[in-house]
Amino acid sequence: MTLTSFPFLLFAAVTVLLYYLVPKRGQWIVLLTASVLFYAAAGGWYLPFILVTVLTTFFLARIIERRAKADEDYITTHKADMDKDARKAYKAAGKKKRFRILTAGLILNFGILAVLKYTGFTLSIVNDILGLFTASTLTVPSLILPLGISFYTFRSTGYLIDVYRGKAKAATNLGKYALFISFFPAVMQGPICRYNDLADQFDTPHRAEWDNLSAGLLRVLWGFFKKLVVADTLMGAVKTIVGTPEDFGGMYVLLLIILYSAVIYGDFTGGIDITIGLSRMLGLRLTENFNRPFSSRSTAEYWNRWHITMGSWFTDYVFYPLSICSSMQKLTKWSRAHLGKAVGMRFPVYLATLVTWFLTGLWHGASWNFIVWGVLNGVIILISRECEPLYKRFRERFPRLTSSAFYGGFMCVRTFFLMGAVRILDCYRDVPVTFKAFASMFYDFSHWGDLLDGSVMDKLGITLPVWILVGLATLLIFFVSRSGKDTPVADRLSNRPVLWTLAALGLAVTVMIFGSYGIGFDAGDFIYGQY
Amino acid sequence: MENTIIKTPKKTLWLRALCIVIALAILAAIPAVLTPILMPKYLTVSKEGSLTEEYYSAVAETNHDVLFVGDCEIFESFVPAILWEEYGISAYLRGGAQQLVWHSYYLLEDALRYETPKAVVFNVYALKYGEPQKEAYNRMALDGMEWSSVKAEAIRASMTEEEDFLTYLFPFFRYHSRWSELTTEDFTYAWKDKPAVSDSGYLMQTGVVPADTQADYTPEQLIDYTLPATAMAYLDRMRALCAEKGIELILVKAPTNFWRYHWYDEWDAQITDYAAEHGLAYYNLIPKAYEMGLDMATDTYDGGAHLNVYGAEKLTRYFGEILAKDHAIPDRRGESDIASVWQRRVEAYYDRKTAMESRE
Repeated sequence: MTLTSFPFLLFAAVTVLLYYLVPKRGQWIVLLTASVLFYAAAGGWYLPFILVTVLTTFFLARIIERRAKADEDYITTHKADMDKDARKAYKAAGKKKRFRILTAGLILNFGILAVLKYTGFTLSIVNDILGLFTASTLTVPSLILPLGISFYTFRSTGYLIDVYRGKAKAATNLGKYALFISFFPAVMQGPICRYNDLADQFDTPHRAEWDNLSAGLLRVLWGFFKKLVVADTLMGAVKTIVGTPEDFGGMYVLLLIILYSAVIYGDFTGGIDITIGLSRMLGLRLTENFNRPFSSRSTAEYWNRWHITMGSWFTDYVFYPLSICSSMQKLTKWSRAHLGKAVGMRFPVYLATLVTWFLTGLWHGASWNFIVWGVLNGVIILISRECEPLYKRFRERFPRLTSSAFYGGFMCVRTFFLMGAVRILDCYRDVPVTFKAFASMFYDFSHWGDLLDGSVMDKLGITLPVWILVGLATLLIFFVSRSGKDTPVADRLSNRPVLWTLAALGLAVTVMIFGSYGIGFDAGDFIYGQY
Repeated sequence: MENTIIKTPKKTLWLRALCIVIALAILAAIPAVLTPILMPKYLTVSKEGSLTEEYYSAVAETNHDVLFVGDCEIFESFVPAILWEEYGISAYLRGGAQQLVWHSYYLLEDALRYETPKAVVFNVYALKYGEPQKEAYNRMALDGMEWSSVKAEAIRASMTEEEDFLTYLFPFFRYHSRWSELTTEDFTYAWKDKPAVSDSGYLMQTGVVPADTQADYTPEQLIDYTLPATAMAYLDRMRALCAEKGIELILVKAPTNFWRYHWYDEWDAQITDYAAEHGLAYYNLIPKAYEMGLDMATDTYDGGAHLNVYGAEKLTRYFGEILAKDHAIPDRRGESDIASVWQRRVEAYYDRKTAMESRE
């Protein structure tokens, strides 16, 4: 049941209706029931896995919190009997015990993720290595991959770490916690919400309010528009180019960078719009996951605007802990002493950055293309960082140029193509093929004629009216995202019933007529739903 | 957290309600308005798609004594105009492209809502299929049916896995993607009656592409020659339906036996046994091709797979005699009401033939 399918629409409509019909204190039960049904519909065998995650993180968080409180109480009670060092030692011992519990929880849950998602990939690497020495290979088992496991594992482990750090209170209601992990609009592709942002909202009774319903519905329709009118319409062309790279080199790779950027933007942001919009209809505010990513002027800025919740998860739970852990501090000292101040300062930061991006790539998928994609992103960010003094000097030397709109536009376009070029690793899913295709842009000019004689349309199976449609849709998305910089357009329109109606109607009709759905379209699954 | 309740002015509430009602009304109207434009017209491409719906205007004019049901071997092999002209038999073909046995069964059941013929002729070739094959053929067979419980059952029985009943109920959701390929034909006939593409269900082909009689084609060997149980079950249902209405069911295999559409002896034996067991007439016309004067150098338009109009006329003359003599199908040429309808139909048939021949 994908978010744009008819059964999901019906399911969501019934859920919203029941949600507001039941007594307020039972609203979360409606959502939990809907989430369990949604998850079970995806595959009954998935349920035990998410249940293990829910139970382990729930109870371990309770234990961690109880122990922390017990330690605090002990110190308060025995304050007079303990000197500062004894208190410190007692605290440290308690923290160490709690850390062990946390570690057990993390190993178990990341372990499940690792076994289910990465066993095949790991064994294929082992087989490649074994193949160098022997003819025998290990059998690669076919394991099930529960729906949204990457997302719910991050949500639950983030919560466990927050409780350990004292940033979040341990959940007291198992049902509500289960809802936080399995909340059906967000379980498939995020956003990766934090417990603190959502828990209170499940406790709060929600009335059916026009503002929430209207803004939410408009956001849902906007998501459908992006996904079905832009992303899925262009997906066929992307598949054609990627399907036979030997026939579609040079200009087509450049076209792929543009088309796939539009596809992934429409697909992912569209899906998140549906998730956030539906949650809003239920009176729940989820964390935004995108902030006009294609207006980024640098790669670092891009990653602050694209998949924000994933970025912040890695920053909070991987990059920072890694940067300040004792081993890294020792490494900093050592590198300063042996490699000089300039290199020594950079070394740990660079290492933490590359490790974080390696893991980011790995999280996206168990294959080399994702790992290379992650590491390349890290490398580009580090190179940009190294080049910053140069940029600064350039800005100081040409202040008028660098503050002009033209230069701003150039920076955005540059970032767009840079990120788009890295992103095609996700299309070909094969590292050598991707690099070969990328390189062909610089030596294979034989396809440029296809643009002039129009044969590009036939070759990619997209007719002129469809190009025009997608072009207009893209322009609309661009203007709406620009005008919604401060207050989302959906919120502004919900105060104007006539305009809201026109917008909702316009979107619904456009999706109904021009959307890529039904027989003949097989690009329905959300790309990020596979991670 | 405490919710602050701000009372919305009544005027705003009314405005919102009005906007929603209007929006819902427009939303419901859009598919209704656009569906006639978006539905394929099947006038220049895949004409077979028009066959199902053309029956209703024909049966409104006059009833038929013989209904032919089946696949392309029906609508390209038998010419009702010739049956009338030569034997005074009022007949109609409810055939369609890759019309499977359940399509035929439901199209027959549908036809029996309007008339009760004396005989139903079913071409047995489609019995080789036990499962739905292709969505496009389902749409061509079923979209044109008038809505009734029979159509609903037909859809349920015919849908492939990828299909959805809802898209038959609201074809807009199936054909919306045609927006970028609409032609003037789609607008012209959106709300206007389309010209008939067939003559009482016969889809004329005047081209000649001879069969390669020298080529040694060997039909594919099958693992199992048993005709699928699902298909035979529908044949049982068709037999029961005809018996219930007092109609004679006649089984026929058209005389074409192209290597790609081969009629195996094993299949023939099963149908022969079935017919004998249930007291049905079964005519395998393949061995009779020579007797009826078929010449695959001139009587086929696609190298032997299907007959052209010249072959179809020969076959119809041959089979018409069987219908008239062995099955006592009455000659109605003396009945002025029916005769005047058929006079028009025969003229239309020859007009079309002349026009098509002049274009060849």
